[in-house]
Amino acid sequence: MEINYHEYLREKMMPHIWCSGCTHGIVTKALLRAIHKAGLNKDKVVVISGIGCASRMPGYLDFNTLHTTHGRALAFATGIKLARPDLHVIVVAGDGDAVAIGGNHFIHACNRNIDITLIVLNNNIYGMTGGQRSPTTFEGDISSTSVYGSIGQPIDVVNLALGAGATFVARSTSYHVQQLESYIYSGIIHKGFAVIDAISACYTAYGRRNKQKYKSVVDMLDYMKANAINISAAKEKGQAELKGKILVGIFRDIVEPEYCEEYAKMVERIKNKK
Amino acid sequence: MADIRFIQGNEACALGALYAGCRFFAGYPITPSSEIAEMLSEELPLVGGAFIQMEDEIGAMAATIGASIAGRKSMTATSGPGMSLKLENLGYACITEIPCVIVNVQRGGPSTGLPTSPAQADIMQARWGTHGDHPIIAVCPSSVSEMFTETVRAFNLAEMFRTPVIVLSDEIIGHMREKIIIPEEGTIEIVNRKKPVCKPDEYKPFKGEEDGVPPMANFGEGYRYHITGLSHNEEGFPIQSGELVHKMNLRMHEKIYRNLDKIIKNEIYMCDDADVIIFAIGGAARSSKGAIRHLREEGIKAGLYRPLTIWPFPEETLLKACGKAKDVLVVEMNLGQMIFEVKRVLSPAGVRVEGMFDSSGEPFTPLAVANRVKEIIKR
Repeated sequence: MEINYHEYLREKMMPHIWCSGCTHGIVTKALLRAIHKAGLNKDKVVVISGIGCASRMPGYLDFNTLHTTHGRALAFATGIKLARPDLHVIVVAGDGDAVAIGGNHFIHACNRNIDITLIVLNNNIYGMTGGQRSPTTFEGDISSTSVYGSIGQPIDVVNLALGAGATFVARSTSYHVQQLESYIYSGIIHKGFAVIDAISACYTAYGRRNKQKYKSVVDMLDYMKANAINISAAKEKGQAELKGKILVGIFRDIVEPEYCEEYAKMVERIKNKK
Repeated sequence: MADIRFIQGNEACALGALYAGCRFFAGYPITPSSEIAEMLSEELPLVGGAFIQMEDEIGAMAATIGASIAGRKSMTATSGPGMSLKLENLGYACITEIPCVIVNVQRGGPSTGLPTSPAQADIMQARWGTHGDHPIIAVCPSSVSEMFTETVRAFNLAEMFRTPVIVLSDEIIGHMREKIIIPEEGTIEIVNRKKPVCKPDEYKPFKGEEDGVPPMANFGEGYRYHITGLSHNEEGFPIQSGELVHKMNLRMHEKIYRNLDKIIKNEIYMCDDADVIIFAIGGAARSSKGAIRHLREEGIKAGLYRPLTIWPFPEETLLKACGKAKDVLVVEMNLGQMIFEVKRVLSPAGVRVEGMFDSSGEPFTPLAVANRVKEIIKR
């Protein structure tokens, strides 16, 4: 299905704020292709974000778009979805936005299984504010607030989503664009809360500080290519072999009662009683 | 037959919200406001509305705003520490001009403070709590009936001016039980937000009309537009130009301050001939009214000035009603907040302004207020 990106972009908002080498644009295009493939009516699509580089995305998109406060996008989205269950609600967030300041909303949105699709543009850094350590920064990596190396293990967005009860959970990378698009598409048509951990690259604020790992933007994409391993292949490998690998694939895709539908059912039930 | 009930202030607030057309409530449990959430969790599903208990106060405020953007009249209610958390997204509602109602049933603070006791120590927080320049409307009920009518008025003002409105109540009014006559449908006028009439591609969601208020399209109605908490232009897109930012801030300010006649409301009780006037709101105003009756019986010409709109501050009406009094006593359940505003307005007119402050969590007795009045008029 051929897509005309111009139909989905607010071109007067260009140029965008993303640095050259940033892969958020790749994720944006994957999202647009997924929306196009799903055949959604633009008037019925709401894209919501919090604060950060990733959160600037909705402004560039020709939907109903809401750029909210840091970490709170899912809570705003919950209000919109419950008020208008017929709207398609998509949230885009960076890693800090989604699982640091927005961690509580993340957990509860997963648990509620409300029909919202969350795409985490996970680039392991606070890019907009100048490259501070984020909850997904790898141990030992350099950031502007971990100049001697980040201490502790990064949060695994997928494991957090699985633990909190999200009913669709997948991960892909900015390198694997077709896979990423197909996971976002599956997340959108999934009835329930869907989390797609989209690994993204920030060379300006992250790669440059970690030259031992990444000599260029291309190195960051090569890293994704070389280290991504599908969960089915990963099952046959030991812990040691999987160290430093990016597990990609659909980790969960199940049908569970969805929040808005359950609310509607409750309303019907009490109407009949009264 | 009239619908007469004997209920709590918090219940009256919930009923007022429903009367005003509230069809969405997001909340988080907190004393002493939880009854509002409890009642609406029961009532909203019966009238086509939705209730949700969020993971925290911040999320509850966010969901409230989200639902309003999706076209529902929406409300949240809280107290003390919860209000502190609401402030982040209260500012968001201010800059994005999203109508909604936030109830603060004030309790003692700071921090956890006195969870089950009344206070009026969030008055300045209501005005200035969220960061940045912003106008705000806050209304102050003083009875169970007013918990109903002021909640309706809060919704009307929110819709009329595309702004968040705070119902600044206190634990006395929230938990007190009184007789209330529920007005019949249609008795109180209900205001709904203006909608755009232009074509979607001509819509400027943040361009004020003559009254300064932009029409508001709800999401999902074919007007695809952008809402951001960044300073933005009339189309809703982020801007850097200092001149445009200043212009936007001024318009948001003026849409409130140029329409004060529609916003300000006061009770002016026995002030015409008064030598001494008490300035009080909410629970403290009730004790003060009792005091005035005692004082009048003793031949002391005392009156009450009770703002039902505390923000914007009723400068003009206060000066008109109290500018000729010798003394004004500001009675407040805190260590002195409103008094600064009262002094700002009345001191230049030569009125002596004194305060009666208490943060014990105990209501003032009318006798104590009357005695304080007698003290100050002696000088």
